Amino acid sequence: MRNLLTTGLILSVLLLAGCRGTTSDRNPIHPNPNMDWQPKYQAQEKNTFFADEAAMRKPVAGTVARGLLKEDPIFYTGRTEAGDYVERLPIETTRDLLERGKERYEIFCAVCHGKSGDGNGVIMVGGPQGKGYGYTPAPSYHVDRLRQVSDGYLYDVIANGIRNMPGYAQQIPVRDRWAIVAYIKALQLSQNATREDLTSEQIARIQSGRSANIDGSRSGASSSQ
Amino acid sequence: MPQIFPKKANVLPILSLGGALLGGVALIFLVWYYFSPEFLVVGYQPDQPVAYNHEFHAGQLGMDCRYCHNWVENSAHANVPPTQTCMNCHNQIKTQSPQLLKVRESWATDTPIQWVKVHHLPDYAHFSHASHVNNGVGCETCHGRIDKMEVVYQAEPLSMGWCLECHRQPELYLRPNEEVTTMGYVHPENFVEINLARIQEEGIQPPTNCSACHY
Repeated sequence: MRNLLTTGLILSVLLLAGCRGTTSDRNPIHPNPNMDWQPKYQAQEKNTFFADEAAMRKPVAGTVARGLLKEDPIFYTGRTEAGDYVERLPIETTRDLLERGKERYEIFCAVCHGKSGDGNGVIMVGGPQGKGYGYTPAPSYHVDRLRQVSDGYLYDVIANGIRNMPGYAQQIPVRDRWAIVAYIKALQLSQNATREDLTSEQIARIQSGRSANIDGSRSGASSSQ
Repeated sequence: MPQIFPKKANVLPILSLGGALLGGVALIFLVWYYFSPEFLVVGYQPDQPVAYNHEFHAGQLGMDCRYCHNWVENSAHANVPPTQTCMNCHNQIKTQSPQLLKVRESWATDTPIQWVKVHHLPDYAHFSHASHVNNGVGCETCHGRIDKMEVVYQAEPLSMGWCLECHRQPELYLRPNEEVTTMGYVHPENFVEINLARIQEEGIQPPTNCSACHY
Protein backbone atom coordinates (compact mmCIF):
# COMPACT_ATOMS: atom_id res chain seq x y z
CA MET A 1 0.00 0.00 0.00
CA ARG A 2 2.75 2.43 1.03
CA ASN A 3 4.96 1.34 -1.87
CA LEU A 4 2.11 1.83 -4.24
CA LEU A 5 1.46 5.30 -2.89
CA THR A 6 5.07 6.48 -3.12
CA THR A 7 5.70 5.07 -6.59
CA GLY A 8 2.40 6.60 -7.71
CA LEU A 9 3.40 9.94 -6.24
CA ILE A 10 6.86 9.93 -7.80
CA LEU A 11 5.53 8.81 -11.17
CA SER A 12 2.80 11.42 -11.26
CA VAL A 13 5.24 14.19 -10.30
CA LEU A 14 7.66 13.07 -13.00
CA LEU A 15 4.86 12.93 -15.55
CA LEU A 16 3.54 16.33 -14.60
CA ALA A 17 6.80 18.13 -14.21
CA GLY A 18 9.60 16.52 -16.20
CA CYS A 19 13.26 16.95 -15.40
CA ARG A 20 15.65 19.84 -15.22
CA GLY A 21 17.51 20.58 -18.40
CA THR A 22 14.81 19.69 -20.91
CA THR A 23 14.06 22.45 -23.40
CA SER A 24 10.60 23.85 -23.84
CA ASP A 25 9.07 26.74 -25.71
CA ARG A 26 6.75 27.57 -22.82
CA ASN A 27 7.46 30.87 -21.13
CA PRO A 28 9.69 30.72 -18.06
CA ILE A 29 7.69 30.72 -14.85
CA HIS A 30 8.27 33.66 -12.56
CA PRO A 31 6.21 33.28 -9.41
CA ASN A 32 6.03 37.03 -8.97
CA PRO A 33 6.12 38.80 -12.34
CA ASN A 34 5.20 42.24 -10.96
CA MET A 35 8.15 44.27 -12.16
CA ASP A 36 9.61 41.90 -14.75
CA TRP A 37 8.40 43.98 -17.67
CA GLN A 38 8.15 47.55 -16.49
CA PRO A 39 6.15 50.09 -18.47
CA LYS A 40 9.25 51.60 -19.99
CA TYR A 41 11.20 50.87 -23.12
CA GLN A 42 14.69 49.46 -23.07
CA ALA A 43 17.06 49.00 -25.98
CA GLN A 44 15.61 46.91 -28.83
CA GLU A 45 12.25 46.39 -27.16
CA LYS A 46 8.91 46.52 -28.88
CA ASN A 47 6.68 49.57 -28.95
CA THR A 48 3.37 49.09 -30.69
CA PHE A 49 2.74 52.83 -30.80
CA PHE A 50 4.79 53.13 -33.97
CA ALA A 51 4.08 51.50 -37.31
CA ASP A 52 7.30 49.48 -37.32
CA GLU A 53 6.84 48.54 -33.64
CA ALA A 54 10.39 49.50 -32.74
CA ALA A 55 10.97 51.33 -29.48
CA MET A 56 14.26 52.65 -30.80
CA ARG A 57 13.61 55.54 -33.17
CA LYS A 58 15.99 56.67 -35.88
CA PRO A 59 17.46 60.16 -35.50
CA VAL A 60 16.42 62.76 -38.03
CA ALA A 61 18.94 63.04 -40.86
CA GLY A 62 21.29 65.96 -40.43
CA THR A 63 21.11 66.20 -36.66
CA VAL A 64 24.35 66.36 -34.69
CA ALA A 65 24.69 64.97 -31.18
CA ARG A 66 26.62 66.97 -28.65
CA GLY A 67 30.21 65.76 -28.62
CA LEU A 68 29.89 64.08 -32.01
CA LEU A 69 30.47 66.95 -34.39
CA LYS A 70 33.06 64.93 -36.34
CA GLU A 71 34.89 68.10 -37.26
CA ASP A 72 38.07 66.31 -38.38
CA PRO A 73 37.29 65.09 -41.94
CA ILE A 74 40.51 63.10 -42.25
CA PHE A 75 39.78 61.02 -39.16
CA TYR A 76 36.10 60.47 -39.92
CA THR A 77 36.13 60.12 -43.72
CA GLY A 78 39.72 59.27 -44.67
CA ARG A 79 39.66 62.20 -47.10
CA THR A 80 41.14 65.65 -46.99
CA GLU A 81 38.95 68.73 -47.27
CA ALA A 82 39.61 68.67 -51.02
CA GLY A 83 38.20 65.13 -51.17
CA ASP A 84 41.42 63.19 -51.79
CA TYR A 85 42.21 60.03 -49.86
CA VAL A 86 44.84 60.55 -47.21
CA GLU A 87 48.07 58.66 -47.79
CA ARG A 88 48.74 57.65 -44.17
CA LEU A 89 46.36 57.00 -41.34
CA PRO A 90 45.85 60.07 -39.14
CA ILE A 91 46.56 58.31 -35.84
CA GLU A 92 49.83 57.02 -34.51
CA THR A 93 50.59 53.43 -35.48
CA THR A 94 51.52 51.68 -32.27
CA ARG A 95 51.86 48.06 -31.33
CA ASP A 96 48.59 48.29 -29.42
CA LEU A 97 46.81 49.69 -32.44
CA LEU A 98 48.10 46.86 -34.64
CA GLU A 99 47.01 44.24 -32.14
CA ARG A 100 43.62 45.85 -31.90
CA GLY A 101 43.54 45.87 -35.70
CA LYS A 102 44.42 42.19 -35.85
CA GLU A 103 41.67 41.31 -33.41
CA ARG A 104 39.07 43.42 -35.24
CA TYR A 105 40.28 42.14 -38.62
CA GLU A 106 39.79 38.57 -37.52
CA ILE A 107 36.30 39.32 -36.21
CA PHE A 108 34.90 41.29 -39.11
CA CYS A 109 37.10 40.78 -42.17
CA ALA A 110 38.68 37.33 -42.01
CA VAL A 111 35.29 35.67 -42.64
CA CYS A 112 35.68 36.54 -46.33
CA HIS A 113 39.20 37.88 -46.80
CA GLY A 114 40.90 35.15 -44.80
CA LYS A 115 43.27 35.51 -41.89
CA SER A 116 46.24 36.02 -44.20
CA GLY A 117 44.36 38.39 -46.51
CA ASP A 118 44.46 36.06 -49.52
CA GLY A 119 40.72 36.23 -50.00
CA ASN A 120 40.28 32.68 -48.77
CA GLY A 121 37.97 33.15 -45.81
CA VAL A 122 35.41 30.54 -44.85
CA ILE A 123 32.67 32.24 -46.90
CA MET A 124 34.86 31.86 -50.01
CA VAL A 125 36.30 28.38 -49.47
CA GLY A 126 33.88 26.79 -46.98
CA GLY A 127 30.86 24.66 -47.76
CA PRO A 128 30.67 20.97 -48.63
CA GLN A 129 32.68 21.20 -51.90
CA GLY A 130 35.05 23.84 -50.62
CA LYS A 131 33.76 26.26 -53.23
CA GLY A 132 32.28 28.73 -50.81
CA TYR A 133 28.70 29.81 -50.47
CA GLY A 134 28.25 31.76 -53.68
CA TYR A 135 29.54 35.16 -52.61
CA THR A 136 31.46 37.31 -55.08
CA PRO A 137 35.13 36.38 -54.55
CA ALA A 138 37.10 38.76 -52.38
CA PRO A 139 40.37 39.93 -53.94
CA SER A 140 43.69 39.16 -52.30
CA TYR A 141 45.38 42.08 -50.58
CA HIS A 142 48.68 40.88 -51.93
CA VAL A 143 48.33 42.21 -55.46
CA ASP A 144 50.14 45.30 -56.68
CA ARG A 145 47.00 47.38 -57.06
CA LEU A 146 46.02 46.96 -53.41
CA ARG A 147 49.59 47.29 -52.15
CA GLN A 148 49.68 50.75 -53.64
CA VAL A 149 46.33 52.12 -52.47
CA SER A 150 46.34 54.80 -49.82
CA ASP A 151 45.24 54.27 -46.24
CA GLY A 152 42.34 56.64 -46.79
CA TYR A 153 41.02 54.44 -49.58
CA LEU A 154 41.10 51.33 -47.38
CA TYR A 155 39.34 53.27 -44.64
CA ASP A 156 36.70 54.42 -47.10
CA VAL A 157 36.05 50.86 -48.28
CA ILE A 158 35.56 49.69 -44.68
CA ALA A 159 33.24 52.57 -43.87
CA ASN A 160 31.18 52.73 -47.04
CA GLY A 161 31.72 49.43 -48.80
CA ILE A 162 32.62 48.99 -52.44
CA ARG A 163 30.72 47.25 -55.25
CA ASN A 164 29.67 43.92 -53.71
CA MET A 165 31.15 44.52 -50.27
CA PRO A 166 28.79 46.22 -47.82
CA GLY A 167 29.96 49.08 -45.63
CA TYR A 168 30.83 48.27 -42.04
CA ALA A 169 30.22 51.71 -40.59
CA GLN A 170 27.41 50.42 -38.40
CA GLN A 171 29.50 47.55 -37.00
CA ILE A 172 33.01 48.99 -36.65
CA PRO A 173 33.73 52.24 -34.79
CA VAL A 174 35.95 54.84 -36.47
CA ARG A 175 39.15 54.19 -34.52
CA ASP A 176 38.84 50.45 -35.06
CA ARG A 177 38.53 51.03 -38.82
CA TRP A 178 41.89 52.77 -38.79
CA ALA A 179 43.32 49.96 -36.66
CA ILE A 180 42.17 47.48 -39.30
CA VAL A 181 43.74 49.62 -42.03
CA ALA A 182 47.02 49.55 -40.15
CA TYR A 183 46.81 45.79 -39.73
CA ILE A 184 46.02 45.22 -43.43
CA LYS A 185 49.12 47.26 -44.29
CA ALA A 186 51.16 45.10 -41.93
CA LEU A 187 49.68 41.95 -43.51
CA GLN A 188 50.64 43.20 -46.95
CA LEU A 189 54.16 43.89 -45.72
CA SER A 190 54.41 40.46 -44.15
CA GLN A 191 53.40 38.68 -47.36
CA ASN A 192 55.73 40.71 -49.57
CA ALA A 193 58.90 40.73 -47.52
CA THR A 194 62.25 39.35 -48.60
CA ARG A 195 65.21 38.12 -46.62
CA GLU A 196 66.90 41.46 -47.15
CA ASP A 197 64.14 43.26 -45.24
CA LEU A 198 65.00 41.43 -42.07
CA THR A 199 67.76 42.20 -39.67
CA SER A 200 70.23 39.43 -38.88
CA GLU A 201 68.74 39.24 -35.42
CA GLN A 202 65.26 38.59 -36.84
CA ILE A 203 66.62 35.92 -39.20
CA ALA A 204 68.25 34.22 -36.26
CA ARG A 205 64.96 34.31 -34.40
CA ILE A 206 63.14 32.66 -37.29
CA GLN A 207 65.84 30.02 -37.68
CA SER A 208 65.57 29.17 -34.02
CA GLY A 209 61.87 28.54 -34.56
CA ARG A 210 60.56 31.73 -33.03
CA SER A 211 58.65 34.60 -34.55
CA ALA A 212 60.45 37.46 -36.27
CA ASN A 213 58.53 39.81 -34.06
CA ILE A 214 60.44 41.76 -31.51
CA ASP A 215 58.39 40.08 -28.85
CA GLY A 216 58.19 36.58 -30.28
CA SER A 217 56.13 35.26 -27.42
CA ARG A 218 53.04 37.17 -28.53
CA SER A 219 51.84 34.75 -31.11
CA GLY A 220 50.62 35.78 -34.51
CA ALA A 221 50.97 39.53 -34.10
CA SER A 222 52.56 41.27 -37.04
CA SER A 223 55.65 43.40 -36.74
CA SER A 224 54.97 47.09 -36.63
CA GLN A 225 55.57 49.18 -39.69
CA MET B 1 -17.42 -0.51 27.52
CA PRO B 2 -15.76 -1.23 24.20
CA GLN B 3 -12.37 0.23 23.46
CA ILE B 4 -12.52 3.55 21.62
CA PHE B 5 -9.50 2.74 19.47
CA PRO B 6 -9.20 -0.74 18.01
CA LYS B 7 -5.90 -2.56 18.35
CA LYS B 8 -4.81 -1.79 14.80
CA ALA B 9 -4.87 1.92 15.67
CA ASN B 10 -1.52 1.26 17.37
CA VAL B 11 0.19 1.70 14.00
CA LEU B 12 -1.31 5.17 13.57
CA PRO B 13 1.33 7.07 15.58
CA ILE B 14 4.15 5.34 13.72
CA LEU B 15 2.43 5.87 10.43
CA SER B 16 1.79 9.55 11.03
CA LEU B 17 5.30 10.09 12.37
CA GLY B 18 6.85 8.32 9.40
CA GLY B 19 4.48 10.06 7.04
CA ALA B 20 5.34 13.44 8.47
CA LEU B 21 9.05 12.74 8.17
CA LEU B 22 8.82 11.31 4.66
CA GLY B 23 6.36 13.98 3.62
CA GLY B 24 8.63 16.68 4.96
CA VAL B 25 11.59 15.31 3.08
CA ALA B 26 9.50 14.96 -0.05
CA LEU B 27 8.19 18.49 0.31
CA ILE B 28 11.66 19.93 0.74
CA PHE B 29 12.89 18.00 -2.27
CA LEU B 30 9.93 19.00 -4.41
CA VAL B 31 10.27 22.69 -3.61
CA TRP B 32 14.05 22.63 -3.95
CA TYR B 33 13.90 20.82 -7.26
CA TYR B 34 10.79 22.05 -8.99
CA PHE B 35 10.45 25.61 -7.70
CA SER B 36 14.03 26.45 -8.61
CA PRO B 37 14.96 28.66 -11.55
CA GLU B 38 17.00 25.74 -12.87
CA PHE B 39 13.72 23.96 -13.40
CA LEU B 40 11.34 26.83 -14.13
CA VAL B 41 13.53 28.98 -16.36
CA VAL B 42 16.45 26.98 -17.78
CA GLY B 43 15.72 25.37 -21.11
CA TYR B 44 13.44 28.13 -22.40
CA GLN B 45 13.68 27.73 -26.16
CA PRO B 46 11.07 29.82 -27.94
CA ASP B 47 10.41 29.60 -31.66
CA GLN B 48 12.01 32.49 -33.49
CA PRO B 49 10.47 34.30 -36.47
CA VAL B 50 13.51 33.36 -38.56
CA ALA B 51 15.11 29.95 -38.02
CA TYR B 52 18.50 31.42 -37.19
CA ASN B 53 21.09 28.76 -36.51
CA HIS B 54 23.97 29.61 -34.16
CA GLU B 55 25.38 26.12 -34.61
CA PHE B 56 26.01 26.90 -38.28
CA HIS B 57 27.15 30.52 -38.11
CA ALA B 58 29.23 30.42 -34.93
CA GLY B 59 30.08 26.72 -34.95
CA GLN B 60 30.68 25.63 -38.53
CA LEU B 61 31.59 28.98 -40.06
CA GLY B 62 33.58 29.86 -36.96
CA MET B 63 32.44 33.47 -36.94
CA ASP B 64 33.41 35.46 -33.87
CA CYS B 65 30.50 36.34 -31.58
CA ARG B 66 31.27 40.02 -31.97
CA TYR B 67 30.67 40.09 -35.71
CA CYS B 68 26.93 40.26 -35.01
CA HIS B 69 26.74 41.16 -31.32
CA ASN B 70 29.16 43.96 -32.00
CA TRP B 71 28.37 46.29 -29.11
CA VAL B 72 28.86 43.70 -26.41
CA GLU B 73 32.22 45.18 -25.40
CA ASN B 74 31.01 48.77 -25.38
CA SER B 75 27.47 48.68 -24.14
CA ALA B 76 25.43 47.33 -21.29
CA HIS B 77 23.06 45.88 -23.87
CA ALA B 78 24.51 43.22 -26.17
CA ASN B 79 22.65 44.01 -29.34
CA VAL B 80 20.73 41.61 -31.49
CA PRO B 81 22.10 42.41 -34.94
CA PRO B 82 19.98 44.57 -37.22
CA THR B 83 18.80 43.25 -40.58
CA GLN B 84 21.74 45.09 -42.15
CA THR B 85 24.12 42.57 -40.60
CA CYS B 86 22.20 39.63 -42.05
CA MET B 87 22.19 41.31 -45.44
CA ASN B 88 25.97 41.78 -45.41
CA CYS B 89 26.10 38.20 -46.59
CA HIS B 90 22.55 37.25 -47.47
CA ASN B 91 22.27 39.85 -50.19
CA GLN B 92 24.28 37.32 -52.17
CA ILE B 93 24.03 34.03 -50.31
CA LYS B 94 20.78 32.03 -50.44
CA THR B 95 18.90 34.93 -51.95
CA GLN B 96 15.93 32.72 -52.85
CA SER B 97 15.69 30.79 -49.59
CA PRO B 98 12.18 30.75 -48.15
CA GLN B 99 13.70 30.58 -44.65
CA LEU B 100 15.14 34.04 -45.21
CA LEU B 101 11.96 35.54 -46.57
CA LYS B 102 11.32 37.50 -43.38
CA VAL B 103 14.84 38.93 -43.48
CA ARG B 104 14.36 40.15 -47.03
CA GLU B 105 10.95 41.54 -46.18
CA SER B 106 12.40 43.33 -43.19
CA TRP B 107 15.11 44.77 -45.43
CA ALA B 108 12.66 45.85 -48.12
CA THR B 109 10.12 47.42 -45.78
CA ASP B 110 12.59 48.82 -43.21
CA THR B 111 10.75 47.01 -40.40
CA PRO B 112 12.66 45.18 -37.69
CA ILE B 113 12.45 41.42 -37.31
CA GLN B 114 10.64 40.61 -34.07
CA TRP B 115 13.04 38.20 -32.44
CA VAL B 116 11.92 36.56 -29.22
CA LYS B 117 14.15 37.34 -26.27
CA VAL B 118 15.37 34.22 -24.52
CA HIS B 119 17.41 35.65 -21.67
CA HIS B 120 15.24 38.19 -19.90
CA LEU B 121 16.28 39.62 -16.58
CA PRO B 122 13.52 41.42 -14.71
CA ASP B 123 13.63 45.14 -15.48
CA TYR B 124 14.66 45.91 -11.88
CA ALA B 125 17.92 44.00 -12.27
CA HIS B 126 20.40 45.91 -14.39
CA PHE B 127 23.12 44.04 -16.16
CA SER B 128 26.05 45.35 -18.17
CA HIS B 129 27.62 43.09 -20.77
CA ALA B 130 30.58 45.40 -21.30
CA SER B 131 31.76 45.33 -17.72
CA HIS B 132 31.75 41.53 -17.71
CA VAL B 133 33.23 40.89 -21.15
CA ASN B 134 36.05 43.39 -20.58
CA ASN B 135 36.98 41.70 -17.31
CA GLY B 136 37.26 38.18 -18.61
CA VAL B 137 33.83 36.58 -18.28
CA GLY B 138 33.42 34.32 -21.28
CA CYS B 139 30.21 34.16 -23.32
CA GLU B 140 30.08 30.44 -22.68
CA THR B 141 30.06 30.80 -18.89
CA CYS B 142 26.62 32.43 -18.88
CA HIS B 143 25.11 31.45 -22.23
CA GLY B 144 26.36 27.89 -22.63
CA ARG B 145 27.74 26.34 -25.79
CA ILE B 146 25.97 28.65 -28.20
CA ASP B 147 28.03 27.24 -31.05
CA LYS B 148 26.26 23.94 -30.54
CA MET B 149 22.72 25.34 -30.33
CA GLU B 150 20.68 25.13 -33.48
CA VAL B 151 18.01 27.06 -31.63
CA VAL B 152 19.13 29.09 -28.66
CA TYR B 153 17.85 28.09 -25.25
CA GLN B 154 18.64 29.42 -21.84
CA ALA B 155 21.45 27.32 -20.43
CA GLU B 156 21.90 28.97 -17.03
CA PRO B 157 19.26 30.11 -14.53
CA LEU B 158 20.34 33.81 -14.42
CA SER B 159 18.97 33.84 -10.90
CA MET B 160 20.44 36.07 -8.23
CA GLY B 161 21.97 33.15 -6.35
CA TRP B 162 23.64 32.04 -9.54
CA CYS B 163 25.01 35.53 -10.23
CA LEU B 164 26.36 35.84 -6.71
CA GLU B 165 28.17 32.52 -6.89
CA CYS B 166 30.51 34.11 -9.39
CA HIS B 167 30.63 37.52 -7.74
CA ARG B 168 31.81 35.84 -4.56
CA GLN B 169 34.32 33.52 -6.23
CA PRO B 170 35.19 35.04 -9.61
CA GLU B 171 38.51 33.20 -9.76
CA LEU B 172 36.66 30.00 -10.56
CA TYR B 173 35.14 31.43 -13.72
CA LEU B 174 37.34 34.15 -15.24
CA ARG B 175 39.41 33.54 -18.35
CA PRO B 176 41.90 35.67 -20.30
CA ASN B 177 40.30 38.56 -22.18
CA GLU B 178 41.49 37.14 -25.53
CA GLU B 179 39.51 33.96 -24.87
CA VAL B 180 36.22 35.56 -23.94
CA THR B 181 34.48 34.60 -27.18
CA THR B 182 36.15 31.19 -27.43
CA MET B 183 33.67 28.34 -27.25
CA GLY B 184 34.86 25.20 -25.51
CA TYR B 185 37.68 27.00 -23.73
CA VAL B 186 39.60 24.73 -21.39
CA HIS B 187 41.12 26.31 -18.29
CA PRO B 188 44.81 25.64 -17.69
CA GLU B 189 45.53 23.60 -14.58
CA ASN B 190 46.59 26.47 -12.36
CA PHE B 191 43.89 28.85 -13.53
CA VAL B 192 42.71 29.67 -10.03
CA GLU B 193 46.12 31.08 -9.07
CA ILE B 194 46.38 32.93 -12.38
CA ASN B 195 42.95 34.43 -11.84
CA LEU B 196 43.63 35.37 -8.25
CA ALA B 197 46.82 37.16 -9.33
CA ARG B 198 44.93 38.92 -12.08
CA ILE B 199 42.11 39.97 -9.78
CA GLN B 200 44.70 41.39 -7.40
CA GLU B 201 46.60 43.17 -10.15
CA GLU B 202 43.67 44.65 -12.02
CA GLY B 203 41.68 45.38 -8.92
CA ILE B 204 38.63 43.47 -10.07
CA GLN B 205 36.07 43.76 -7.28
CA PRO B 206 32.84 42.03 -8.21
CA PRO B 207 30.14 43.86 -6.29
CA THR B 208 27.89 41.94 -3.95
CA ASN B 209 25.88 44.93 -2.78
CA CYS B 210 22.35 45.86 -3.85
CA SER B 211 23.25 49.06 -5.64
CA ALA B 212 25.38 47.23 -8.20
CA CYS B 213 22.40 45.79 -10.03
CA HIS B 214 19.22 46.95 -8.35
CA TYR B 215 20.04 50.68 -8.15
